[in-house]
Amino acid sequence: MAKTYLYILTMALTTYAVRVLPLTLIRRELKSPLLRSFLYYLPYVTLAVMTFPGILSATQTPWSALLALGAGIVLAWTGRSLFTVSVCCCVAVFLSELILI
Amino acid sequence: MNSFTRGVKDGVPIALGYLAVAVTLGIAAKNAGLSILQAVIASLSNNASAGEFVGFTLIAAHAPILELVLMEALTNARYMLMSTALSQKLTAKVSTAQRLMLGMCVTDEIFGISVAYGDELDPRYSYGAFAIACPAWALGTLIGAVLGSVLPLRAVSALSVGLYGMFIAIFIPPAKANPVVLGTVALSFALSWLFSAVPLLARLSTGLTTILLTVVISLLAAILFPVKEEAENG
Repeated sequence: MAKTYLYILTMALTTYAVRVLPLTLIRRELKSPLLRSFLYYLPYVTLAVMTFPGILSATQTPWSALLALGAGIVLAWTGRSLFTVSVCCCVAVFLSELILI
Repeated sequence: MNSFTRGVKDGVPIALGYLAVAVTLGIAAKNAGLSILQAVIASLSNNASAGEFVGFTLIAAHAPILELVLMEALTNARYMLMSTALSQKLTAKVSTAQRLMLGMCVTDEIFGISVAYGDELDPRYSYGAFAIACPAWALGTLIGAVLGSVLPLRAVSALSVGLYGMFIAIFIPPAKANPVVLGTVALSFALSWLFSAVPLLARLSTGLTTILLTVVISLLAAILFPVKEEAENG
């Protein structure tokens, strides 16, 4: 119980540090092209690594998740908002599981 | 209309989106063994979708604190880039206290509207958006954590992919605009799958695999395809 609060506090402090340090410490532009490039690719790589194959075990059957993944990619590719993509993934799982399960 | 009021107004659609998406986060928190109060405190103090999701996974796995710190820093590293971009939009007269407060408001969406505010950012605009979006995020988490055990399995299963949908919506647009990002996303999918499917590699913890693959793939892309200025705004 107390351990969980320690975890939450650690999450909050680390996240805040990441957000606030550049705003307060870096008062001029970062110059290293390697560092800038690394920081540019990093978030997308992390999210992609977490999405697949993680999404396949989030639902009752991997097939509905695969369908949601496909729908999400197509909708995001065609410029739909974060909110729309997220909701449509949920709908894809719900409707396909009515048939699959 | 002052900057703060304008921020609140622009924050309304963000708050509505947060409300819906945070419901799935609340369910994830409940599944990870957090109490309702803990889930709400986590959302109020973190305001990070992917970061909280990863955190809950690691809490459930009783991971070492150091692994949690590393994963939070990596998962939220994009905020460092956003925060760096915002620092270029603040005049010298913006005090350190203001910068400390603005740091709390750096989320994907609030960054998005803040960076589009103008050549100079009035921090009060971001505070306004945060003032309505943050409570919505916590309220959504509360709803998810409370209803998670009441909702039918079918509904929980459907809502569980909501966060993955958010991730997809974050990494696909830049992948469409930049072939190198598309390549790194494809490589991330492939290697991540490999690390879960090959028996020897699958023995590594999910957290460790994520750190390892993130650093290796990002570094590889940075060395082979250094980013030019314009691409970073894409």
